[in-house]
Amino acid sequence: MSTDAQAPAPAPLKKVNRLQLDVSSYRGSKTTLCAGCGHNAISERIIDAFFEMGVDPHRVIKLSGIGCSSKSPAYFLNPAHGFNSVHGRMPSVATGAMLANRGLLAIGVSGDGDTGAIGIGQFVHAMRRNLPLIYLVEDNGCYGLTKGQFSPTADFGTKAKNGVVNDLPPIDLCAMAIELGATFVARSFSGDKKQLLSILKAAIAHKGTSLIDVISPCVTFNDHEGSTKSYAYVKAHDDPLGEVSFVPFFEDISVEYEPGSTTRVRMHDGSHLFLRKLEETYNPTDKLAAARLLHETLARGEFATGVIYIEPDKDDFLQLLNLVDEPLGQLPESRVRPPRAVLDQLMDQLR
Amino acid sequence: MSSTLPASEPQQAQASASVTNDFSIQIATVNGSGSQTANLVLLRTLFQMGIPVSGKNMFPSNIAGLPTWYTIRANRRGYISRKKEIDLLVAMNPETARDDVMGLEPGCAVVYDAPLRLDTLRSDLVFYAVPFDKIVAEVCTDAKLRRLVKNMVYDGVLAELLSMDAGEMQQALARQLGKKPKALALNQAALEAGRTWASEHLTKADPFRVERMDKTTGQILIEGNTAAAMGCLFAGVTVVAWYPITPSSSLPETLIRYLRKYRMDPETGKATFAVVQAEDEIASLGMVIGASWAGARAMTSTSGPGISLMSEFAGLAYYAEVPAVVFDVQRVGPSTGLPTRTAQGDILFAAFNSHGDTKNVVLLPGSVEECYEMSMASFDLAERLQTVVFVLSDLDLGMNTWMSKPFDYPEKPIDRGKVLDAEGVKALGGTWGRYRDLDGDGIPYRTLPGSGAPAYFTRGSGHNDMALYTERPDDYTKNVDRLARKFETAKSLVPQPVVEDVAGTQIAIIAYGTTHFAVEESRDQLREEHGVEVAYLRLRAYPFPATVHEFIRRYDRVYVVEQNRDGQMLGLLRIEGEPASAVRLRSVLHYNGLPIDARSITDGILAQEKAGNA
Repeated sequence: MSTDAQAPAPAPLKKVNRLQLDVSSYRGSKTTLCAGCGHNAISERIIDAFFEMGVDPHRVIKLSGIGCSSKSPAYFLNPAHGFNSVHGRMPSVATGAMLANRGLLAIGVSGDGDTGAIGIGQFVHAMRRNLPLIYLVEDNGCYGLTKGQFSPTADFGTKAKNGVVNDLPPIDLCAMAIELGATFVARSFSGDKKQLLSILKAAIAHKGTSLIDVISPCVTFNDHEGSTKSYAYVKAHDDPLGEVSFVPFFEDISVEYEPGSTTRVRMHDGSHLFLRKLEETYNPTDKLAAARLLHETLARGEFATGVIYIEPDKDDFLQLLNLVDEPLGQLPESRVRPPRAVLDQLMDQLR
Repeated sequence: MSSTLPASEPQQAQASASVTNDFSIQIATVNGSGSQTANLVLLRTLFQMGIPVSGKNMFPSNIAGLPTWYTIRANRRGYISRKKEIDLLVAMNPETARDDVMGLEPGCAVVYDAPLRLDTLRSDLVFYAVPFDKIVAEVCTDAKLRRLVKNMVYDGVLAELLSMDAGEMQQALARQLGKKPKALALNQAALEAGRTWASEHLTKADPFRVERMDKTTGQILIEGNTAAAMGCLFAGVTVVAWYPITPSSSLPETLIRYLRKYRMDPETGKATFAVVQAEDEIASLGMVIGASWAGARAMTSTSGPGISLMSEFAGLAYYAEVPAVVFDVQRVGPSTGLPTRTAQGDILFAAFNSHGDTKNVVLLPGSVEECYEMSMASFDLAERLQTVVFVLSDLDLGMNTWMSKPFDYPEKPIDRGKVLDAEGVKALGGTWGRYRDLDGDGIPYRTLPGSGAPAYFTRGSGHNDMALYTERPDDYTKNVDRLARKFETAKSLVPQPVVEDVAGTQIAIIAYGTTHFAVEESRDQLREEHGVEVAYLRLRAYPFPATVHEFIRRYDRVYVVEQNRDGQMLGLLRIEGEPASAVRLRSVLHYNGLPIDARSITDGILAQEKAGNA
């Protein structure tokens, strides 16, 4: 059972984080996905990111919809409560949970079908609300669990395993997210360990919604010649915006950077994100520039990866709702049931 | 039509046999003409005079321009269900006036807008022609406001015709418009003008009149949705997610008002609640489930189309055992149906909402007071049983104005159900599993995210008692059998039926929800007019406790009275009941979108009694 891992006493030389926990406190159950599935690499990065950030795993909730991607929350952070909900509806469940307990740290894992098709409505409104949530899409351009049908992120002209060519344009979830008001939008590749880890750590530090679209090839149904989401194609067309480095608030900034070629973003929690530019003109806090970049790279048949857009200090949904500091779900009766005098007053108004 | 009527002088009914405090007034207007204030003033005046009243709004799914009818029933015996027959018509709408008049029983009275010339239509009614435009023009110089103020003139005319207390009416008007002094003054003038004109120009020729009583002392007037919102407030709701839909919207909207007023932290000014107007009903229930899973008391409110959309999530709440409260203020289906008319048509769908072997707890409030009480009960039950609870109100109960005794402050503390913290799990010494039945009641213990207690993985896919994924046949069966056991436990926890046995009769009625008030009146009709005594059981929840089946066994003919076409509750009683009892059950159905009335029940029962078993 995915319950509190009775962590064995740490071996003397085992690496521990700032909570004195070793990485085993962040692991999950054994994966049941295909060997070589990009999703497994992403789960590994999630484990590393939460471990290195020193997040109490009991504070984390991990949620998902339905599909291959949505199975993966079982494969990381066993000590965290998990919720594998219904197809395309992870955002609403995550929203409710965060309303109930603002002290939680939520990571929602979805897929390109779960988000881009059946869940596009909930995706859209989640992006608008800027709820504290890491919304990670494991994007392989196909429905794996039902054997390889195209999903809405399948690129125009890409070929399915059975030879069918996709004749519809793809939905670019990052472009949509930026347009809809998301405050942290990134794209990465499951095979790029370093970049993905930095992005995940930055997302953990971010206070609003982080949308991370991770191209994650499906080794069984979408890794062939003619597919634009195969390992080979993605490696050849990955166009990193630059190097992404992340320094959490609890570490000294020792990164040497040249202000001209590197953008430094101060995150809300005091962490820092360093984005070394490969493209001279790119500014990740400029919404229009971000949208233009996505359109241009898509037109070239490339994937722009890295932190595409960031707005670190925008009020999140819980601030907008002006909630009390304590978790709503834990308020005692005395604070949620008004006194008798209130009912008397209401009754008097109706007489 | 008028050409076929006799040309002779109208026969005016004799006013000699007066009918006191027992009539219904129907006011026919155009939607959006501002008649609601005038109608509520009438209702409230009668109420303040101590006369039992009820008010029902029959309105179109439209903002302005279509016909609307408001019916006020005054009844000295306290009957507050709809009365089918109209006694006094106020015909303000030219489009419907002819049909409105032609539908009346002989002897009724009609107050009408003089230019409509309705008196030529029939000779067996009492007509009062009132030049509304002329009267209102004298008191209201602003032509734009006349259309609104005109309504208050018919209040004045009725006040004079029925001998309503002028002081009470002034007070009722002040209650409605007290915060708007200009509007108040204008309407007061219109009211007086109507009264004065009527006293100077009309000769009373109908038998209807009012007289002060003391039957409403201490009572309140309230809509069911308001009562339910109040229940949610005192239930300590912390998360509300909803999507606008008639006739449910006024429930969350009223709740929002209450929460903003009574649930802001006095020290910090911050909210002890979260309300989200979601993107649709699916997301609404998703948010409720997420919130309840993480420890909140969460609810949503909707109507038929909403629970259709919520079905998948309802099954998740049932199978993954997450508390959720769903108010369904029923309207007429199928599909969009008649959005502004009432029905009890979601019984079976709520009970079995979602695919697979899903069974849901359904509460059936039968009064505004029960809207309040069952709202509180629904949260306790959802958390105690860790499942979705549907509260099935309807448009008639939710949006119409009902008399009630004042509500009681909850005596019992809030029940948060079986929730364990880290210590609690430890104390169980390793026996805890998320879906393990430790108490034999089918209800497992849960832990909350963020509490530091051991975690588990919630899923709608197959799971064993340790919440691990499984497709094993024995694991599946064991789990759903426990869910069935939990549903058995629910029978003793839900609101129990109200049983009125009658010795020596073979006839009984089973009803629920708003049908109750018509049943009460119908039982009196059957006894007083036909000498037929009828036992009565009022259902208040599903699943049914054994008392329901025992009751059915005691009577030969049990009429299940309900407001749908297919006899849904009768069907449910057959599914759940004893096979031998099935032959005892009969249907009396009412499904035209209007609230059920006593006469329809009386006639329906008598017809079946005569046909088969009299």
